[in-house]
Amino acid sequence: MSGAMARPDDHALLSVRGLRKSFGGLAAVRDLSFDIRRGSITGLIGPNGSGKTTVLNLVTGELRPDAGTILFEGVDIFGWPAFRICRARVARTFQLVRVLRFMTIRENVMLGRMFGSEPVAPAAAAREAEALLERVGLAGRGDQLGAQLTYIDQKRLELARALASRPHLLLLDEWLAGLNPTELKVGIELIRLIHRDGTTIVMIEHVMEAIRALCSRVLVVNAGEMIAEGTPRSVLSDPEVLRAYLGADDAAA
Amino acid sequence: MLELAAKDWPAIALGALAVLALALLPLVASGYVLSLLLLLYANIALSTAWAFFSGTTRYISLATAAFFGIGIYTLAILHVHVPMAIALLATAVVGFLVALIVGLSTLRLRGVYFVVFTFGLTELVHQVVNWWEMKINRTATRYIFADVSNVTIYQVLLALALLTIVGSWYVSRLRLGYALRAIGEDEMVARHTGIDTTRVKVLCFAISASVMAVVGAVLALRYPYIDASIAFNNSRSFEVLIAALLGGPSRPWGPALGAIPLMLLSEYLSGTFPHHFPIALGLCFVVIVYFLPGGIAPLVERAYHSWAAGRGFTAQLARLWRT
Repeated sequence: MSGAMARPDDHALLSVRGLRKSFGGLAAVRDLSFDIRRGSITGLIGPNGSGKTTVLNLVTGELRPDAGTILFEGVDIFGWPAFRICRARVARTFQLVRVLRFMTIRENVMLGRMFGSEPVAPAAAAREAEALLERVGLAGRGDQLGAQLTYIDQKRLELARALASRPHLLLLDEWLAGLNPTELKVGIELIRLIHRDGTTIVMIEHVMEAIRALCSRVLVVNAGEMIAEGTPRSVLSDPEVLRAYLGADDAAA
Repeated sequence: MLELAAKDWPAIALGALAVLALALLPLVASGYVLSLLLLLYANIALSTAWAFFSGTTRYISLATAAFFGIGIYTLAILHVHVPMAIALLATAVVGFLVALIVGLSTLRLRGVYFVVFTFGLTELVHQVVNWWEMKINRTATRYIFADVSNVTIYQVLLALALLTIVGSWYVSRLRLGYALRAIGEDEMVARHTGIDTTRVKVLCFAISASVMAVVGAVLALRYPYIDASIAFNNSRSFEVLIAALLGGPSRPWGPALGAIPLMLLSEYLSGTFPHHFPIALGLCFVVIVYFLPGGIAPLVERAYHSWAAGRGFTAQLARLWRT
């Protein structure tokens, strides 16, 4: 990375420097540095297996980094356990939807409120859950079990649960994947709405339509390294990015 | 926290009357009935305490016999030196501390690894105590010199069983209760919603173990002497687990529903076929797995709701209460 990226940026909401993680001999993330500005929507793209989800797992404390600096709101959260990072106002969704099936929809949302950054008692959390459910389009369904939801509604619920912990940074791991065109439009609108209310968003996404519609900036990761960053338009026409996605031969053709 | 609706009061009044009747039962009941019931209360307390941790988090523990036995030995060692009440309190503390240490070192294990570890733990403690008694203490048995009547033991165990159920119900409504269930359903989600999963698991494992230790200690008051194989009997862990699964480990009052039929079954079989109880336990287990995966409790709950919603006695009482 360039010299300007050597020191973490105190003004950025999230500032990552020299992040590394290996599994056995395999380097999943090697020397990754980036900044996320407060109030932005940033896309994190790259081919399958390029290390995007690993980055997300490192930032949220699911995995412990081997080396690097992770500054969130000026605080070094390197090596913190996941629950502490959540309480520090970083929330996430999961690549494969993870709804608690034997809890009601309301209880799923209550979890975020009861244990997040400003924990409250169950009764208060239950009252506040209604507003969040309404916001993601699940109004009046709080008493149903998580198992009863369709795929898109499970995604809505994950979002409500993440928002319940009152995050300043929301990390979405392919939240729009697997939606049909109509649902995709609804999903994009929903993310836009959440962003407008002041939440900074980083989204791992393969749906380029969504990246173009939502992101002011895109980071491209390949084989654990940052290969490009910029506006969606400039990044998606970068030859190196095309090569990474399509393979050397197809990109040349 | 305790939001009780007016319609709950008749049920609560009935419950209080039932408890009073059970507490005063020794005035009329025979010694045989008392012995049977106090064992039932002990099993209810054990299986409720087991489900408090293992039923919610789905960390299936087979260490019940270990903590039960630790309770027995703590009492056996202490009761000759300190007053009985203090010995019993110390038992709870020792059970809690041992579980704390065990929990901190093993609750990273999941699934079958945790099950096997807890099973091995009972055997390990058993052998260590056995070795200590033979080599250091130079006798296999310890005598219990307790002058406590069966009636007192009966009442203490009744209180313990009720406290365990009410306590377990109370916790289920707290943040801690939600944390336990979240861990049971998906520990990764629990972590990422801000739950300190290690702390919750270790704390609740220790609370559950301390109840088990106290139950062991109170039951030990009835034994003239104890040895390691009486205290650390692995089959106790299985009986407790099966009672909880049969009753329904996801409800605070579920395990009690399982302990009652198992107790009656064991009493009937030990009279007629003394060596066949393990077979019956095995059959029970098969029945649970195939036909009652949620236990009896959800069935009872459903029946109660349809009954209470209709012309049920409780519903009528509730109506009377309101007018």
